Amino acid sequence: MAIGLAHYLTVAAILFTLGIFGIFLNRKNVIIILMSIELMLLAVNINLVAFSTQLGDLVGQVFAMFVLTVAAAEAAIGLAILVVYFRNRGTIAVDQINLMKG
Amino acid sequence: MIIHSLTFYMFAAVAVASGVMVISARNPVHSVLFLILAFFNSAALFVLMGAEFLAMVLVVVYVGAVAVLFLFVVMMLDINFREMRHGALQYLPIGGLVGIVLLAELVLVFGSWAVAPEAADVATIPTPDPTVVTNTHALGSVLYTRFVYLFQAAGMILLVAMVGAIVLTLRQRDGLRRQSIAEQNARRKSDTIEVVKVPSRGGV
Repeated sequence: MAIGLAHYLTVAAILFTLGIFGIFLNRKNVIIILMSIELMLLAVNINLVAFSTQLGDLVGQVFAMFVLTVAAAEAAIGLAILVVYFRNRGTIAVDQINLMKG
Repeated sequence: MIIHSLTFYMFAAVAVASGVMVISARNPVHSVLFLILAFFNSAALFVLMGAEFLAMVLVVVYVGAVAVLFLFVVMMLDINFREMRHGALQYLPIGGLVGIVLLAELVLVFGSWAVAPEAADVATIPTPDPTVVTNTHALGSVLYTRFVYLFQAAGMILLVAMVGAIVLTLRQRDGLRRQSIAEQNARRKSDTIEVVKVPSRGGV
């Protein structure tokens, strides 16, 4: 059975669902939530690249690279906020993160 | 062909399995390591698809930068992760429900969906023949010409993220003794040394 577009899309769908599931499962641990978001962005990238290579259109790969850029920036800022939050409160439990509203 | 299928199934299975481990591992360090494994296997899937450049970028950016950043933060913060998982199972039903519904939706969408045969003809930028122009070359030739503004914008995003991360985490701690080179150079002998005439048997 030849490996086609549908196979890659299935893998991406499973990874995306795992990311959503991870956010629900680890409601308190914001590090795992950030990792789940990375997993979802990875799934999106797999989708983009799969369509790009299957349809012979390079734009999908260019867009996947921009998604990668934004993901890296998001991880850096997210972890910086996490470090500041931990410094102020001594915990990373996000149940009371709405206190950041001030 | 069979080799191709087998490789795909191997990489896909490992990627999905390590995705499961990312969200279910008890120790967040293990989560990060499984995230790295997932990224490596996805990069292999990219290579199978024929997007070599993105595969290498994925390894360099994610494994080399993002995952190491995660690892660094996980190890730097002194957190009781055992306590953190307390009560995690109470969200299992709702999370599982949302996950299953979403997966069913995605499967339905992808299952009942077909690519129009003329879709490849209306491609915005058709991929050149990979035996003539490599993937990296083809990507570079559009990224630096047609998408140059977007490329610069991506660079700006990274710059803003860098500045933001530094501003957020830099702190001025008081009570530290720092070296002041200007002050050191400006010192004169008269400021620091005083010659005292000590009377004999008198002490200072």
